[in-house]
Amino acid sequence: MEETLETASPDAIRSAAAPAPRWRVRLRLFWGGFKTNWSLFTENPIGLIGLGVIAFFGLLSVAHPILMATVWSGNVYDPVRGIDLEIPFHPSAPSARHLLGTDPMGRDILSQLMYSSRFEFGLGIMSAVMALFIATAVGALAAYYGGWLDSALMRFADLIIMVPAIPILIVLSAIIADFGMFQLALFLGVLSGFGATAIVIKSQALSVKVKPYIEAARVAGGGHGHIITRHMVPNLMPIALLYMMFVVTTAIFAEAILSFLGLTEIEMSWGLMINTTQVLGYILRFDTWWLLFPAALSITFLCAAFYLVGRAMDEVVNPRLRRR
Amino acid sequence: MSENNTLVEIKDLSKLYQVGGGVFRKSDDYIHAVSELNLSIRRGESVGLVGESGCGKTTTGKLLVRLIEPTEGNIFFHSGGETVDVANLKGKELKAFRRQVQMIFQDPYESMNPRLTIYDTVAEPLDVQGIGTIAEREARVADLLETVGLTPASSFIFRYPHELSGGQRQRVAIARALIVEPDFVVADEPTSMLDVSVRTGVMHLMQELAARLEVTYLYITHDLAVARYMCDRIAVMYLGKIVEIGETEEVLQNPKHPYTRALISAVPVPDPTYQRPDVVIKGGVSKPINPIPRCRFHERCMISEQVCLDNPHPQLQDYKDDKHYLGCYVVNEADGTYWNDHTPVNQSTAD
Amino acid sequence: MAITDKVLEVNNLTMHYSTRRGPVYAVDGVSLSLERGGSLGLVGESGCGKTSVAISLLKLLPENAEIINGEIRLNGTDLVPLSEDEVRVHRWRDISMVFQAAMNSLNPVYTVEEQIVEAMVQHMPHLSEQQMSDRVDQLYELVGLDPKIKTEYPHQYSGGMRQRAVIAMALSCNPDVIIADEPTTALDVIVQDQLLKKIKEVQEQLDMAMIYISHDIAVIAEVAERVGVMYAGKMAELATSDEIFHRPLHPYTMGLMSSFPSIIGEKTELVTIPGEPPDLLNPPPACRFHPRCPFATEICRTEEPEFKEHVPDHWVACWHPGGEA
Repeated sequence: MEETLETASPDAIRSAAAPAPRWRVRLRLFWGGFKTNWSLFTENPIGLIGLGVIAFFGLLSVAHPILMATVWSGNVYDPVRGIDLEIPFHPSAPSARHLLGTDPMGRDILSQLMYSSRFEFGLGIMSAVMALFIATAVGALAAYYGGWLDSALMRFADLIIMVPAIPILIVLSAIIADFGMFQLALFLGVLSGFGATAIVIKSQALSVKVKPYIEAARVAGGGHGHIITRHMVPNLMPIALLYMMFVVTTAIFAEAILSFLGLTEIEMSWGLMINTTQVLGYILRFDTWWLLFPAALSITFLCAAFYLVGRAMDEVVNPRLRRR
Repeated sequence: MSENNTLVEIKDLSKLYQVGGGVFRKSDDYIHAVSELNLSIRRGESVGLVGESGCGKTTTGKLLVRLIEPTEGNIFFHSGGETVDVANLKGKELKAFRRQVQMIFQDPYESMNPRLTIYDTVAEPLDVQGIGTIAEREARVADLLETVGLTPASSFIFRYPHELSGGQRQRVAIARALIVEPDFVVADEPTSMLDVSVRTGVMHLMQELAARLEVTYLYITHDLAVARYMCDRIAVMYLGKIVEIGETEEVLQNPKHPYTRALISAVPVPDPTYQRPDVVIKGGVSKPINPIPRCRFHERCMISEQVCLDNPHPQLQDYKDDKHYLGCYVVNEADGTYWNDHTPVNQSTAD
Repeated sequence: MAITDKVLEVNNLTMHYSTRRGPVYAVDGVSLSLERGGSLGLVGESGCGKTSVAISLLKLLPENAEIINGEIRLNGTDLVPLSEDEVRVHRWRDISMVFQAAMNSLNPVYTVEEQIVEAMVQHMPHLSEQQMSDRVDQLYELVGLDPKIKTEYPHQYSGGMRQRAVIAMALSCNPDVIIADEPTTALDVIVQDQLLKKIKEVQEQLDMAMIYISHDIAVIAEVAERVGVMYAGKMAELATSDEIFHRPLHPYTMGLMSSFPSIIGEKTELVTIPGEPPDLLNPPPACRFHPRCPFATEICRTEEPEFKEHVPDHWVACWHPGGEA
């Protein structure tokens, strides 16, 4: 049964009859499409929960510099170099002064948590964007050209999947140097981009490649470039964006582990907070729970949040999963 | 038939596909999807290519628009005073050729990118060929949408394919094919996926446009009844070869080749009181893999004789004053005599 | 109500799908009947509800569909109020179905025999293994397949052969009624001819009633004694095949007959029915065909015509049957 959606209101149609600037029409169409997808996305509560958590941490990253500039004094609350000299023993339990307590070096935990949020986001999104570009390019080109290019790229992807990422990262950091944020993002992005995601995108690209509209584009005179950029990539975007959510999760988690192992040069991150806790011998003590739990839970929640958003997006992207 | 009037001349066209084998291992088995096909299409006429699945009609269509490349043979295209061999075009010349020959696809649902608007889809040929400014393209698209019956154009131009019905989408497909003002259009089963009440509208549209815009059609279909209405001439294909060709009414009312006769007698008729003649044919369809040089219809033919086995597949010969051609060694006339002198002709064929 | 030799009687069947944007009445007040051993053709375009009628008859409704009115009397028993377990007793044994594109729905990892036996095990569990195997041989011969190939896999069969296998599956429990939904649509015309002849043969041999659903009126003309024309979820016209094709009364049927190209006879001008089949979410009020009807008048737009016998044994729902004023 055919459904006839009303994308354009009667007003829009009337004004389309008069010459409207094309970009305005495109924007209107895009907005209409976005609203439809949003309503599909919100049908499943997990998507909203995920977005809520992400928004929460986003708020933390934004709020931190404001707090540092206004209410919190730099000497005491600086997440890296601060120290509260008014409290005799550190780590100190949560109090009115320090809502999540202080770490063994006298630094405010909450401040550390908030400050790290921006790095977590930054890292996650950088890796994801890089992986997005690489995976889409690999998938589209492998599917379109086939032959030896396809075989080579797929074998390379197999190799990447086989190799366990964390041990390799550990070895690399030992050989080259400790990872800074950019290097880590780069590496994780490349690893994710050439790996499993590329294979998934390639199989989607294969199903696009055999569609009659690709033939129609070729008959119209379209060359390889035109077909790949105009037809294949836009149809790969939904599933690529979906998998990017999972790349963010992987990136955050990988960084947490590496920082925990002390192999990164990042200034402050949740993993580093746990590292500090462990190095100074407080890791298995429940009486200093505020040293471990806030950071660990933040990692868990943010990763889970991106995963949930990914799952909810799956229902938008994959019509067969929809319940009605 | 004057040479000047011929638009497309297909000479000994063949397309072979390898069966089995892979990247590293070549196989010796080939499917002869199209074998030494000869066909001339005159300017302004509408030729139907009919047959069952696997006969090669879709492959022929794709060869004509160069979606696939021929293994052998030539496709001569006479346009604008020049003659071009389509089979061997490359690069910029191939792209220029695409302004003269277009295709209408079968599936109204899958032949359009669901993420592009109707404007994008119809304007794509202009976009790719670099014709006109954006404003000019918009005007041309709107004009063409109105021509194919999608009025007012403004209410269709920025919609998406899923908002249109099958019939409307197929009209868009026609608009897309005609926007570069081609001389020749290959229509691959354009109405077979449409509802019956919508089908006739699209058929009428295509006929009207063919006359008005002076477009020549190759109409590929498995539906003989539709071919009857759309085509001036009809060619019946079997396993990669044309077995019979001629003026539509002549071939349909007076079929001579045993395959054509079987095909026509198998078509159901919308009249419960009509008794169809028996379908005279043996067995099931086979694939033309490494065919032996003999008549390809031999295995299923009820009247085949030794001559059919001893000689290569029969060429098409003139049966009736250039209006009806036939490729068979043994077909009889009504009075029991053989229609030709019963000896195979080795030499050139008729078109 | 006398129990005639009607194996199936459907009265005023109404079924709807719940969608995100409201209910869609895919079947709205449809009535039909089928005699023992008879054949009924259901014709209509996409969205007219013919497949919905079929799945309603077997009560194989998806989650969001519901029969909200009417009765389906199979051998006298009304199926509508029965529970799923109760209906299952009748399914396949009294009434079975060959689905659209069934030949593509055979499971590729099991042999064809295994799949036919699976259907039998579900509905005739008292048979022994040997009996089932013999039955499969019997079915194969019935539909014109060589029993030796029953142990092969679906991909080894051609399209026509798979379709025959699926028909064999539907026949396996010897039902009184078979519903065939577009059984030959994907097949070439010569294979279709062979299959249609075989279906008619089997029907006669087993004295089995058949409902044949298709959008192709030519095929319907070949197989059906009686024909029902459906439009937008409603039964527009129901009569013998001869009446429908030669003396159609509903303007839609008239239009349909004139818009179908034929390979024989005079090459007449084809008629186009203007417009498109309606969206069932929001169908036209009163007579659903009125926006496209050349004979529509005021009453067609305001009052829904009743489905009644205009001429003996020729039912039509129209204010102007035959185009009369």
